[in-house]
Amino acid sequence: MKPAPFEYVRPDSVAQACEMLAADEDARIIAGGQTLVPMLAMRLARAAKLIDIYRLPELNGIRVESDVLVIGATTRQVQVERSALAAQSTPLLAKALPWVGHPPTRNRGTVGGSVANADPSAEIPLVAVTLGAEIEITNPDGVTSMPADDFFIGPMLTSVMPGDCVTAVRFPIWRHARVGTAFHEVSARKSDFAFVAAAAQVALDDDGKCIAAALGIGGVGDRAVRLDLAKLLGETAGTAKLKDVVAEAATVLEPSSDLHVSATYRTRVAVTLGVRALEDAMTDARSSATQSNRGITQ
Amino acid sequence: MKVTLKVNGRVCSADVEPRKTLLDAIREDLALVGSHAGCEHGVCGACTVLLEGEPVRSCLMFAVQADGYEITTIEGLAPAPGELSVVQDAFCETHGLQCGYCTSGMILTGHALLQRTPEPTREEIVEAISGNICRCTGYGQIVEAIEFAGERLRKANAPRGSKGVDANQPHVDLSAETDAPQEGVLKAAQADTPHGGRP
Ligand SMILES: Cc1cc2nc3c(=O)[nH]c(=O)nc-3n(C[C@@H](O)[C@H](O)[C@H](O)COP(=O)(O)OP(=O)(O)OC[C@H]3O[C@@H](n4cnc5c(N)ncnc54)[C@H](O)[C@@H]3O)c2cc1C
Ligand code: FES
Ligand code: FES
Repeated sequence: MKPAPFEYVRPDSVAQACEMLAADEDARIIAGGQTLVPMLAMRLARAAKLIDIYRLPELNGIRVESDVLVIGATTRQVQVERSALAAQSTPLLAKALPWVGHPPTRNRGTVGGSVANADPSAEIPLVAVTLGAEIEITNPDGVTSMPADDFFIGPMLTSVMPGDCVTAVRFPIWRHARVGTAFHEVSARKSDFAFVAAAAQVALDDDGKCIAAALGIGGVGDRAVRLDLAKLLGETAGTAKLKDVVAEAATVLEPSSDLHVSATYRTRVAVTLGVRALEDAMTDARSSATQSNRGITQ
Repeated sequence: MKVTLKVNGRVCSADVEPRKTLLDAIREDLALVGSHAGCEHGVCGACTVLLEGEPVRSCLMFAVQADGYEITTIEGLAPAPGELSVVQDAFCETHGLQCGYCTSGMILTGHALLQRTPEPTREEIVEAISGNICRCTGYGQIVEAIEFAGERLRKANAPRGSKGVDANQPHVDLSAETDAPQEGVLKAAQADTPHGGRP
Protein backbone atom coordinates (compact mmCIF):
# COMPACT_ATOMS: atom_id res chain seq x y z
CA MET A 1 0.00 0.00 0.00
CA LYS A 2 1.54 3.23 -1.12
CA PRO A 3 -0.55 6.09 0.29
CA ALA A 4 -0.43 7.06 3.97
CA PRO A 5 -3.45 5.89 5.98
CA PHE A 6 -6.68 7.91 5.84
CA GLU A 7 -10.30 7.59 6.80
CA TYR A 8 -12.88 7.16 4.01
CA VAL A 9 -16.47 8.42 4.09
CA ARG A 10 -19.30 8.52 1.59
CA PRO A 11 -21.76 11.29 2.50
CA ASP A 12 -25.42 11.07 1.45
CA SER A 13 -25.77 14.64 0.20
CA VAL A 14 -23.77 17.65 -0.92
CA ALA A 15 -24.82 19.47 2.25
CA GLN A 16 -23.39 16.68 4.38
CA ALA A 17 -20.19 16.61 2.31
CA CYS A 18 -19.72 20.36 2.84
CA GLU A 19 -20.26 20.02 6.59
CA MET A 20 -17.67 17.26 6.76
CA LEU A 21 -15.23 19.33 4.74
CA ALA A 22 -15.72 22.41 6.88
CA ALA A 23 -15.34 20.40 10.10
CA ASP A 24 -11.93 18.94 9.29
CA GLU A 25 -9.20 20.93 7.60
CA ASP A 26 -7.30 17.76 6.67
CA ALA A 27 -10.33 16.34 4.87
CA ARG A 28 -10.37 16.29 1.10
CA ILE A 29 -12.87 15.55 -1.62
CA ILE A 30 -12.26 12.57 -3.84
CA ALA A 31 -14.21 12.47 -7.11
CA GLY A 32 -12.87 10.28 -9.95
CA GLY A 33 -9.52 9.91 -8.19
CA GLN A 34 -7.61 10.00 -11.48
CA THR A 35 -5.34 12.74 -10.18
CA LEU A 36 -5.74 12.41 -6.41
CA VAL A 37 -4.99 8.67 -6.15
CA PRO A 38 -1.58 8.88 -7.88
CA MET A 39 -0.79 12.03 -5.85
CA LEU A 40 -1.57 10.13 -2.64
CA ALA A 41 0.37 7.09 -3.87
CA MET A 42 3.44 9.21 -4.59
CA ARG A 43 2.84 11.05 -1.32
CA LEU A 44 2.66 14.38 -3.10
CA ALA A 45 -0.69 14.81 -1.38
CA ARG A 46 -1.95 13.75 2.04
CA ALA A 47 -5.38 13.65 3.56
CA ALA A 48 -6.63 12.53 6.97
CA LYS A 49 -10.08 11.91 5.52
CA LEU A 50 -11.35 11.35 1.99
CA ILE A 51 -14.91 12.45 1.30
CA ASP A 52 -16.19 10.50 -1.70
CA ILE A 53 -18.75 12.55 -3.65
CA TYR A 54 -18.63 10.38 -6.78
CA ARG A 55 -21.98 8.64 -6.26
CA LEU A 56 -24.08 11.64 -5.22
CA PRO A 57 -26.89 11.61 -7.81
CA GLU A 58 -27.57 15.35 -7.37
CA LEU A 59 -24.08 16.12 -8.76
CA ASN A 60 -24.30 13.97 -11.90
CA GLY A 61 -25.95 15.13 -15.09
CA ILE A 62 -25.89 17.30 -18.21
CA ARG A 63 -28.76 19.68 -18.91
CA VAL A 64 -29.56 22.90 -20.76
CA GLU A 65 -30.97 25.86 -18.82
CA SER A 66 -31.92 28.55 -21.38
CA ASP A 67 -28.52 29.66 -22.78
CA VAL A 68 -26.30 27.59 -20.51
CA LEU A 69 -25.12 23.99 -20.58
CA VAL A 70 -24.96 22.88 -16.95
CA ILE A 71 -22.69 19.95 -16.15
CA GLY A 72 -22.85 18.50 -12.63
CA ALA A 73 -19.45 18.21 -10.92
CA THR A 74 -19.25 14.42 -10.79
CA THR A 75 -20.43 13.90 -14.35
CA ARG A 76 -17.81 11.59 -15.77
CA GLN A 77 -15.76 12.92 -18.69
CA VAL A 78 -16.93 10.00 -20.84
CA GLN A 79 -20.57 11.06 -20.31
CA VAL A 80 -19.81 14.46 -21.83
CA GLU A 81 -17.80 12.86 -24.63
CA ARG A 82 -20.81 10.73 -25.59
CA SER A 83 -23.48 13.37 -24.96
CA ALA A 84 -25.41 14.54 -28.03
CA LEU A 85 -26.68 17.49 -25.97
CA ALA A 86 -23.13 18.65 -25.21
CA ALA A 87 -22.01 18.17 -28.84
CA GLN A 88 -24.93 20.24 -30.06
CA SER A 89 -24.85 23.08 -27.54
CA THR A 90 -21.13 23.43 -26.74
CA PRO A 91 -19.28 21.77 -29.62
CA LEU A 92 -15.97 23.24 -28.43
CA LEU A 93 -16.19 21.23 -25.21
CA ALA A 94 -17.07 18.11 -27.20
CA LYS A 95 -14.01 18.62 -29.43
CA ALA A 96 -11.71 19.08 -26.42
CA LEU A 97 -12.83 15.98 -24.52
CA PRO A 98 -11.08 13.28 -26.56
CA TRP A 99 -7.82 15.05 -25.60
CA VAL A 100 -8.43 14.61 -21.84
CA GLY A 101 -6.28 11.65 -20.78
CA HIS A 102 -7.12 8.21 -22.13
CA PRO A 103 -10.45 6.38 -22.47
CA PRO A 104 -10.02 4.54 -19.12
CA THR A 105 -9.18 7.76 -17.24
CA ARG A 106 -12.19 9.45 -18.86
CA ASN A 107 -14.39 6.60 -17.64
CA ARG A 108 -13.67 7.60 -14.02
CA GLY A 109 -12.40 11.19 -14.19
CA THR A 110 -15.01 13.89 -13.61
CA VAL A 111 -15.61 17.35 -15.05
CA GLY A 112 -15.64 18.97 -11.60
CA GLY A 113 -12.47 17.13 -10.59
CA SER A 114 -10.62 18.41 -13.64
CA VAL A 115 -11.76 21.97 -12.93
CA ALA A 116 -10.97 21.77 -9.19
CA ASN A 117 -7.57 20.29 -9.96
CA ALA A 118 -6.64 23.28 -12.21
CA ASP A 119 -3.75 21.74 -14.10
CA PRO A 120 -2.37 24.51 -16.37
CA SER A 121 -2.55 22.23 -19.41
CA ALA A 122 -5.92 20.59 -18.67
CA GLU A 123 -8.41 20.88 -21.52
CA ILE A 124 -11.70 21.32 -19.60
CA PRO A 125 -10.43 24.36 -17.65
CA LEU A 126 -9.15 25.75 -20.97
CA VAL A 127 -12.59 25.51 -22.56
CA ALA A 128 -14.14 26.99 -19.39
CA VAL A 129 -11.83 30.02 -19.60
CA THR A 130 -12.27 30.39 -23.38
CA LEU A 131 -16.07 30.40 -23.22
CA GLY A 132 -16.30 32.32 -19.95
CA ALA A 133 -17.97 29.48 -18.03
CA GLU A 134 -19.22 29.96 -14.47
CA ILE A 135 -18.05 27.62 -11.72
CA GLU A 136 -20.76 26.82 -9.18
CA ILE A 137 -19.52 26.32 -5.63
CA THR A 138 -21.48 25.03 -2.63
CA ASN A 139 -20.36 25.47 0.98
CA PRO A 140 -22.13 25.42 4.34
CA ASP A 141 -23.29 29.03 3.69
CA GLY A 142 -25.05 28.20 0.42
CA VAL A 143 -24.43 28.20 -3.32
CA THR A 144 -22.32 30.80 -5.14
CA SER A 145 -20.80 30.96 -8.55
CA MET A 146 -17.83 32.74 -10.11
CA PRO A 147 -16.42 33.24 -13.61
CA ALA A 148 -13.76 30.71 -14.65
CA ASP A 149 -11.35 33.61 -15.09
CA ASP A 150 -11.56 34.44 -11.37
CA PHE A 151 -11.69 30.79 -10.30
CA PHE A 152 -8.33 29.72 -11.77
CA ILE A 153 -5.33 31.28 -10.04
CA GLY A 154 -2.27 29.21 -10.89
CA PRO A 155 -0.99 25.64 -11.23
CA MET A 156 -3.28 23.44 -9.05
CA LEU A 157 -4.46 26.64 -7.39
CA THR A 158 -8.07 27.88 -7.44
CA SER A 159 -10.36 30.13 -5.41
CA VAL A 160 -11.83 27.05 -3.70
CA MET A 161 -11.78 27.66 0.08
CA PRO A 162 -11.86 25.02 2.83
CA GLY A 163 -15.44 23.71 3.02
CA ASP A 164 -16.12 24.51 -0.65
CA CYS A 165 -17.33 21.87 -3.07
CA VAL A 166 -17.47 22.56 -6.80
CA THR A 167 -21.00 21.43 -7.68
CA ALA A 168 -21.39 22.36 -11.37
CA VAL A 169 -19.77 24.03 -14.35
CA ARG A 170 -22.00 26.27 -16.47
CA PHE A 171 -20.89 26.72 -20.08
CA PRO A 172 -22.58 29.52 -22.07
CA ILE A 173 -24.24 28.44 -25.34
CA TRP A 174 -23.78 30.71 -28.36
CA ARG A 175 -27.07 31.09 -30.20
CA HIS A 176 -25.76 32.85 -33.36
CA ALA A 177 -26.78 31.38 -36.72
CA ARG A 178 -23.21 30.58 -37.78
CA VAL A 179 -20.96 29.31 -35.02
CA GLY A 180 -17.75 27.39 -35.63
CA THR A 181 -15.25 25.76 -33.26
CA ALA A 182 -11.82 24.13 -33.36
CA PHE A 183 -9.45 22.58 -30.84
CA HIS A 184 -5.76 21.88 -31.44
CA GLU A 185 -3.08 20.50 -29.16
CA VAL A 186 0.59 19.54 -29.21
CA SER A 187 1.68 16.87 -26.71
CA ALA A 188 4.30 14.11 -26.54
CA ARG A 189 1.69 11.42 -27.26
CA LYS A 190 -1.99 11.87 -28.04
CA SER A 191 -3.83 12.22 -24.70
CA ASP A 192 -0.77 13.17 -22.66
CA PHE A 193 -0.79 16.56 -21.02
CA ALA A 194 -0.58 19.38 -23.56
CA PHE A 195 2.62 21.38 -24.13
CA VAL A 196 0.30 23.88 -25.80
CA ALA A 197 -3.43 23.71 -26.55
CA ALA A 198 -5.62 26.18 -28.43
CA ALA A 199 -9.43 26.38 -28.30
CA ALA A 200 -11.31 28.70 -30.64
CA GLN A 201 -14.96 29.60 -31.14
CA VAL A 202 -16.24 32.20 -33.63
CA ALA A 203 -19.58 33.48 -34.86
CA LEU A 204 -19.96 35.01 -38.35
CA ASP A 205 -22.74 37.17 -39.81
CA ASP A 206 -24.34 36.56 -43.22
CA ASP A 207 -21.49 38.37 -44.98
CA GLY A 208 -18.87 36.23 -43.29
CA LYS A 209 -17.83 39.02 -40.93
CA CYS A 210 -16.79 38.08 -37.43
CA ILE A 211 -19.37 39.05 -34.79
CA ALA A 212 -17.94 37.17 -31.84
CA ALA A 213 -14.62 35.39 -31.30
CA ALA A 214 -12.93 33.61 -28.43
CA LEU A 215 -9.48 32.03 -28.35
CA GLY A 216 -7.99 30.35 -25.29
CA ILE A 217 -4.44 29.04 -24.88
CA GLY A 218 -3.59 26.32 -22.36
CA GLY A 219 -0.36 24.71 -21.19
CA VAL A 220 1.77 27.79 -21.76
CA GLY A 221 1.84 29.54 -18.40
CA ASP A 222 0.43 29.08 -14.91
CA ARG A 223 -3.16 28.73 -16.14
CA ALA A 224 -5.27 28.87 -19.29
CA VAL A 225 -5.60 32.37 -20.77
CA ARG A 226 -8.22 33.90 -23.05
CA LEU A 227 -6.67 36.25 -25.64
CA ASP A 228 -8.12 39.60 -26.66
CA LEU A 229 -9.60 39.37 -30.17
CA ALA A 230 -11.48 42.69 -30.26
CA LYS A 231 -9.58 43.59 -33.44
CA LEU A 232 -11.24 40.76 -35.35
CA LEU A 233 -14.79 41.99 -34.78
CA GLY A 234 -16.47 43.28 -37.93
CA GLU A 235 -13.66 41.83 -40.08
CA THR A 236 -13.63 39.10 -42.72
CA ALA A 237 -10.27 38.12 -41.35
CA GLY A 238 -7.81 36.35 -43.67
CA THR A 239 -4.74 34.45 -42.53
CA ALA A 240 -2.45 37.49 -42.50
CA LYS A 241 -4.82 39.48 -40.31
CA LEU A 242 -5.31 36.50 -37.96
CA LYS A 243 -1.55 36.11 -37.60
CA ASP A 244 -1.15 39.78 -36.69
CA VAL A 245 -3.98 39.80 -34.18
CA VAL A 246 -2.99 36.53 -32.49
CA ALA A 247 0.73 37.41 -32.36
CA GLU A 248 -0.09 40.74 -30.72
CA ALA A 249 -2.61 39.24 -28.30
CA ALA A 250 -0.17 36.46 -27.37
CA THR A 251 2.27 38.96 -25.85
CA VAL A 252 0.26 38.62 -22.60
CA LEU A 253 1.29 34.94 -22.29
CA GLU A 254 3.90 34.15 -19.66
CA PRO A 255 5.39 30.93 -21.00
CA SER A 256 7.51 28.62 -18.87
CA SER A 257 10.29 26.21 -19.83
CA ASP A 258 10.41 22.64 -18.57
CA LEU A 259 12.03 19.28 -19.18
CA HIS A 260 10.14 18.85 -22.45
CA VAL A 261 10.00 22.19 -24.23
CA SER A 262 11.34 25.73 -23.92
CA ALA A 263 9.40 28.93 -23.33
CA THR A 264 10.28 30.17 -26.84
CA TYR A 265 8.89 27.00 -28.38
CA ARG A 266 5.70 27.35 -26.33
CA THR A 267 5.13 30.90 -27.54
CA ARG A 268 5.71 30.00 -31.20
CA VAL A 269 3.42 26.99 -31.02
CA ALA A 270 0.77 29.01 -29.16
CA VAL A 271 0.61 31.54 -32.01
CA THR A 272 0.64 28.88 -34.73
CA LEU A 273 -2.05 26.75 -33.06
CA GLY A 274 -4.09 29.85 -32.20
CA VAL A 275 -4.16 30.98 -35.84
CA ARG A 276 -4.91 27.45 -37.03
CA ALA A 277 -7.74 27.04 -34.54
CA LEU A 278 -9.31 30.37 -35.55
CA GLU A 279 -9.02 29.55 -39.29
CA ASP A 280 -10.61 26.14 -38.74
CA ALA A 281 -13.34 27.60 -36.55
CA MET A 282 -14.19 30.10 -39.32
CA THR A 283 -14.33 27.35 -41.94
CA ASP A 284 -16.53 25.38 -39.55
CA ALA A 285 -18.81 28.41 -39.06
CA ARG A 286 -19.19 28.86 -42.83
CA SER A 287 -20.08 25.19 -43.34
CA SER A 288 -22.48 25.19 -40.37
CA ALA A 289 -24.32 28.04 -42.13
CA THR A 290 -24.63 26.13 -45.41
CA GLN A 291 -25.91 23.14 -43.46
CA SER A 292 -28.64 25.12 -41.72
CA ASN A 293 -29.61 26.81 -45.04
CA ARG A 294 -29.97 23.40 -46.58
CA GLY A 295 -32.12 22.40 -43.64
CA ILE A 296 -34.48 25.30 -44.34
CA THR A 297 -34.83 24.85 -48.12
CA GLN A 298 -35.41 21.11 -48.06
CA MET B 1 -13.47 -1.37 6.34
CA LYS B 2 -15.84 -3.99 4.96
CA VAL B 3 -16.45 -3.95 1.22
CA THR B 4 -18.55 -6.07 -1.08
CA LEU B 5 -16.79 -6.68 -4.36
CA LYS B 6 -18.76 -8.27 -7.19
CA VAL B 7 -15.98 -9.79 -9.22
CA ASN B 8 -16.67 -11.94 -12.28
CA GLY B 9 -20.23 -12.56 -11.14
CA ARG B 10 -19.25 -13.68 -7.64
CA VAL B 11 -19.99 -11.60 -4.59
CA CYS B 12 -17.00 -11.46 -2.26
CA SER B 13 -16.64 -9.54 0.97
CA ALA B 14 -13.29 -8.33 2.12
CA ASP B 15 -12.04 -6.34 5.05
CA VAL B 16 -9.62 -3.80 3.65
CA GLU B 17 -7.84 -0.64 4.75
CA PRO B 18 -9.28 2.38 2.90
CA ARG B 19 -5.87 3.05 1.37
CA LYS B 20 -5.74 -0.34 -0.34
CA THR B 21 -6.20 0.01 -4.10
CA LEU B 22 -8.72 -2.10 -5.95
CA LEU B 23 -5.74 -3.65 -7.75
CA ASP B 24 -4.12 -4.81 -4.50
CA ALA B 25 -7.44 -6.07 -3.14
CA ILE B 26 -8.08 -8.11 -6.30
CA ARG B 27 -4.58 -9.57 -6.28
CA GLU B 28 -4.11 -10.11 -2.54
CA ASP B 29 -7.55 -10.56 -1.01
CA LEU B 30 -9.23 -12.32 -3.93
CA ALA B 31 -6.05 -14.02 -5.23
CA LEU B 32 -6.85 -13.05 -8.83
CA VAL B 33 -3.39 -12.23 -10.09
CA GLY B 34 -4.22 -11.77 -13.76
CA SER B 35 -4.52 -8.01 -13.22
CA HIS B 36 -0.95 -6.75 -13.20
CA ALA B 37 0.76 -4.03 -11.19
CA GLY B 38 2.93 -1.98 -13.56
CA CYS B 39 3.44 1.64 -12.66
CA GLU B 40 0.79 1.80 -9.91
CA HIS B 41 0.10 5.45 -10.67
CA GLY B 42 -2.13 5.39 -13.72
CA VAL B 43 0.11 5.57 -16.77
CA CYS B 44 0.59 2.00 -18.06
CA GLY B 45 -2.80 0.24 -18.12
CA ALA B 46 -1.46 -3.15 -16.92
CA CYS B 47 -3.99 -3.08 -14.07
CA THR B 48 -7.06 -2.50 -16.29
CA VAL B 49 -10.32 -4.11 -15.15
CA LEU B 50 -13.87 -3.55 -16.34
CA LEU B 51 -16.10 -1.58 -13.96
CA GLU B 52 -19.73 -1.93 -15.03
CA GLY B 53 -18.36 -3.03 -18.42
CA GLU B 54 -16.03 -0.07 -19.01
CA PRO B 55 -12.23 -0.26 -18.73
CA VAL B 56 -10.75 1.55 -15.74
CA ARG B 57 -7.37 1.48 -13.99
CA SER B 58 -7.67 -0.55 -10.80
CA CYS B 59 -4.55 1.14 -9.37
CA LEU B 60 -6.36 4.51 -9.51
CA MET B 61 -9.23 3.37 -7.35
CA PHE B 62 -9.41 2.37 -3.74
CA ALA B 63 -11.21 -0.92 -3.12
CA VAL B 64 -13.69 0.95 -0.89
CA GLN B 65 -14.72 3.08 -3.90
CA ALA B 66 -15.57 -0.07 -5.87
CA ASP B 67 -18.03 -1.28 -3.23
CA GLY B 68 -21.07 -2.80 -4.93
CA TYR B 69 -20.03 -2.29 -8.57
CA GLU B 70 -19.78 -5.13 -11.10
CA ILE B 71 -16.12 -5.81 -11.81
CA THR B 72 -14.70 -8.06 -14.52
CA THR B 73 -11.07 -9.15 -14.46
CA ILE B 74 -9.24 -11.14 -17.12
CA GLU B 75 -10.16 -14.32 -15.19
CA GLY B 76 -13.83 -13.57 -15.92
CA LEU B 77 -13.67 -13.51 -19.73
CA ALA B 78 -13.27 -17.18 -20.63
CA PRO B 79 -16.59 -19.00 -21.08
CA ALA B 80 -15.41 -22.08 -19.15
CA PRO B 81 -12.27 -23.36 -17.41
CA GLY B 82 -9.60 -24.26 -19.96
CA GLU B 83 -11.30 -22.26 -22.73
CA LEU B 84 -10.53 -18.87 -24.19
CA SER B 85 -12.84 -16.01 -25.13
CA VAL B 86 -12.87 -14.94 -28.79
CA VAL B 87 -10.68 -11.94 -28.00
CA GLN B 88 -8.20 -14.02 -25.99
CA ASP B 89 -8.04 -16.57 -28.79
CA ALA B 90 -7.45 -13.84 -31.38
CA PHE B 91 -4.48 -12.55 -29.34
CA CYS B 92 -2.95 -16.05 -29.45
CA GLU B 93 -3.48 -16.43 -33.16
CA THR B 94 -2.07 -13.08 -34.24
CA HIS B 95 0.82 -13.18 -31.73
CA GLY B 96 -0.70 -10.22 -29.91
CA LEU B 97 1.47 -10.90 -26.88
CA GLN B 98 5.05 -11.68 -25.95
CA CYS B 99 5.88 -11.38 -22.24
CA GLY B 100 2.19 -11.03 -21.38
CA TYR B 101 2.54 -8.24 -18.87
CA CYS B 102 0.25 -5.81 -20.72
CA THR B 103 -1.97 -8.54 -22.12
CA SER B 104 -4.77 -8.77 -19.57
CA GLY B 105 -5.27 -5.01 -19.82
CA MET B 106 -5.13 -5.06 -23.62
CA ILE B 107 -7.65 -7.90 -23.88
CA LEU B 108 -10.12 -6.32 -21.48
CA THR B 109 -9.82 -2.98 -23.28
CA GLY B 110 -10.32 -4.68 -26.65
CA HIS B 111 -13.25 -6.68 -25.27
CA ALA B 112 -14.99 -3.53 -23.98
CA LEU B 113 -14.41 -1.73 -27.29
CA LEU B 114 -15.96 -4.57 -29.30
CA GLN B 115 -18.98 -4.67 -26.99
CA ARG B 116 -19.72 -1.02 -27.73
CA THR B 117 -18.35 -0.74 -31.29
CA PRO B 118 -18.70 -4.08 -33.11
CA GLU B 119 -16.89 -2.84 -36.22
CA PRO B 120 -14.18 -0.44 -35.01
CA THR B 121 -11.85 1.32 -37.44
CA ARG B 122 -8.11 0.96 -36.97
CA GLU B 123 -8.05 4.49 -35.53
CA GLU B 124 -10.74 3.61 -32.99
CA ILE B 125 -8.74 0.56 -31.88
CA VAL B 126 -5.55 2.60 -31.56
CA GLU B 127 -7.45 5.25 -29.55
CA ALA B 128 -9.03 2.62 -27.29
CA ILE B 129 -5.65 1.09 -26.35
CA SER B 130 -3.81 4.43 -26.30
CA GLY B 131 -3.63 4.28 -22.51
CA ASN B 132 -2.11 0.80 -22.44
CA ILE B 133 1.64 0.49 -22.78
CA CYS B 134 3.28 -2.58 -24.33
CA ARG B 135 7.05 -2.87 -24.22
CA CYS B 136 7.28 -5.97 -26.43
CA THR B 137 5.03 -6.26 -29.44
CA GLY B 138 5.22 -2.84 -31.07
CA TYR B 139 1.39 -2.80 -30.95
CA GLY B 140 0.90 -3.95 -34.58
CA GLN B 141 -0.22 -7.46 -33.67
CA ILE B 142 -2.35 -6.19 -30.79
CA VAL B 143 -4.34 -3.97 -33.17
CA GLU B 144 -4.54 -6.90 -35.57
CA ALA B 145 -5.82 -9.17 -32.78
CA ILE B 146 -8.65 -6.80 -31.91
CA GLU B 147 -9.55 -6.36 -35.60
CA PHE B 148 -9.55 -10.14 -36.03
CA ALA B 149 -11.62 -10.74 -32.90
CA GLY B 150 -14.14 -8.16 -34.10
CA GLU B 151 -14.39 -9.87 -37.46
CA ARG B 152 -15.02 -13.24 -35.81
CA LEU B 153 -17.58 -11.87 -33.38
CA ARG B 154 -19.47 -10.15 -36.19
CA LYS B 155 -19.56 -13.30 -38.26
CA ALA B 156 -20.57 -15.41 -35.29
CA ASN B 157 -23.41 -12.99 -34.56
CA ALA B 158 -24.60 -12.61 -38.18
CA PRO B 159 -27.90 -14.30 -38.89
CA ARG B 160 -27.44 -17.41 -41.00
CA GLY B 161 -29.14 -17.33 -44.37
CA SER B 162 -28.98 -14.56 -46.93
CA LYS B 163 -32.65 -13.51 -47.01
CA GLY B 164 -32.46 -10.96 -44.22
CA VAL B 165 -35.08 -10.70 -41.51
CA ASP B 166 -38.78 -10.66 -42.31
CA ALA B 167 -40.87 -10.36 -39.18
CA ASN B 168 -43.95 -11.84 -40.89
CA GLN B 169 -42.23 -15.06 -41.88
CA PRO B 170 -41.75 -18.09 -39.66
CA HIS B 171 -38.66 -17.87 -37.52
CA VAL B 172 -36.76 -20.65 -39.26
CA ASP B 173 -35.10 -19.68 -42.55
CA LEU B 174 -35.25 -22.87 -44.61
CA SER B 175 -32.71 -21.62 -47.12
CA ALA B 176 -30.12 -21.26 -44.38
CA GLU B 177 -28.91 -24.78 -44.76
CA THR B 178 -27.87 -24.28 -48.36
CA ASP B 179 -26.66 -20.71 -48.42
CA ALA B 180 -25.30 -20.09 -44.92
CA PRO B 181 -22.11 -18.02 -45.18
CA GLN B 182 -19.22 -20.40 -44.66
CA GLU B 183 -16.66 -17.65 -44.42
CA GLY B 184 -15.49 -17.01 -40.90
CA VAL B 185 -16.92 -20.20 -39.46
CA LEU B 186 -13.80 -21.99 -38.36
CA LYS B 187 -13.44 -25.72 -38.61
CA ALA B 188 -11.57 -27.37 -35.75
CA ALA B 189 -8.40 -27.95 -37.77
CA GLN B 190 -8.33 -24.42 -39.14
CA ALA B 191 -8.39 -22.99 -35.67
CA ASP B 192 -4.93 -24.39 -35.09
CA THR B 193 -3.36 -22.86 -38.19
CA PRO B 194 -1.86 -19.37 -38.11
CA HIS B 195 -4.44 -16.63 -38.54
CA GLY B 196 -7.18 -19.25 -38.51
CA GLY B 197 -6.12 -20.29 -42.01
CA ARG B 198 -6.49 -16.83 -43.45
CA PRO B 199 -3.98 -15.86 -46.13
C1 LIG C 1 -2.44 8.78 -17.31
C2 LIG C 1 -3.24 10.03 -17.08
C3 LIG C 1 -3.30 10.99 -18.09
C4 LIG C 1 -4.06 12.15 -17.91
N1 LIG C 1 -4.08 13.07 -18.92
C5 LIG C 1 -4.83 14.19 -18.79
C6 LIG C 1 -4.90 15.16 -19.83
O1 LIG C 1 -4.31 15.00 -20.90
N2 LIG C 1 -5.67 16.27 -19.63
C7 LIG C 1 -6.35 16.47 -18.45
O2 LIG C 1 -7.02 17.49 -18.34
N3 LIG C 1 -6.30 15.58 -17.45
C8 LIG C 1 -5.56 14.44 -17.58
N4 LIG C 1 -5.50 13.55 -16.53
C9 LIG C 1 -6.21 13.87 -15.28
C10 LIG C 1 -7.68 13.60 -15.40
O3 LIG C 1 -7.86 12.27 -15.78
C11 LIG C 1 -8.46 13.74 -14.10
O4 LIG C 1 -9.72 13.18 -14.34
C12 LIG C 1 -8.76 15.09 -13.55
O5 LIG C 1 -7.64 15.92 -13.49
C13 LIG C 1 -9.28 15.01 -12.12
O6 LIG C 1 -10.58 14.55 -12.08
P1 LIG C 1 -11.03 13.47 -10.99
O7 LIG C 1 -12.50 13.45 -11.04
O8 LIG C 1 -10.33 12.21 -11.21
O9 LIG C 1 -10.59 14.18 -9.64
P2 LIG C 1 -9.85 13.62 -8.33
O10 LIG C 1 -8.55 12.98 -8.69
O11 LIG C 1 -10.79 12.85 -7.51
O12 LIG C 1 -9.56 15.01 -7.59
C14 LIG C 1 -8.59 15.94 -8.06
C15 LIG C 1 -8.50 17.12 -7.09
O13 LIG C 1 -9.68 17.91 -7.16
C16 LIG C 1 -10.36 17.93 -5.90
N5 LIG C 1 -11.79 17.83 -6.23
C17 LIG C 1 -12.37 16.87 -7.03
N6 LIG C 1 -13.67 17.13 -7.19
C18 LIG C 1 -13.94 18.26 -6.51
C19 LIG C 1 -15.13 19.05 -6.31
N7 LIG C 1 -16.29 18.71 -6.87
N8 LIG C 1 -15.03 20.16 -5.55
C20 LIG C 1 -13.85 20.53 -4.98
N9 LIG C 1 -12.70 19.83 -5.14
C21 LIG C 1 -12.73 18.71 -5.89
C22 LIG C 1 -9.79 16.79 -5.10
O14 LIG C 1 -9.82 17.05 -3.73
C23 LIG C 1 -8.37 16.70 -5.63
O15 LIG C 1 -7.57 17.63 -5.00
C24 LIG C 1 -4.76 12.37 -16.69
C25 LIG C 1 -4.71 11.40 -15.69
C26 LIG C 1 -3.98 10.23 -15.86
C27 LIG C 1 -3.93 9.22 -14.77
S1 FES D 1 -0.49 -0.23 -12.81
FE1 FES D 1 -2.32 0.86 -13.06
S2 FES D 1 -1.91 2.06 -14.78
FE2 FES D 1 0.02 1.17 -14.40
S1 FES E 1 3.60 -8.28 -24.34
FE1 FES E 1 5.17 -7.61 -23.05
S2 FES E 1 4.44 -5.70 -22.45
FE2 FES E 1 3.04 -6.22 -23.98
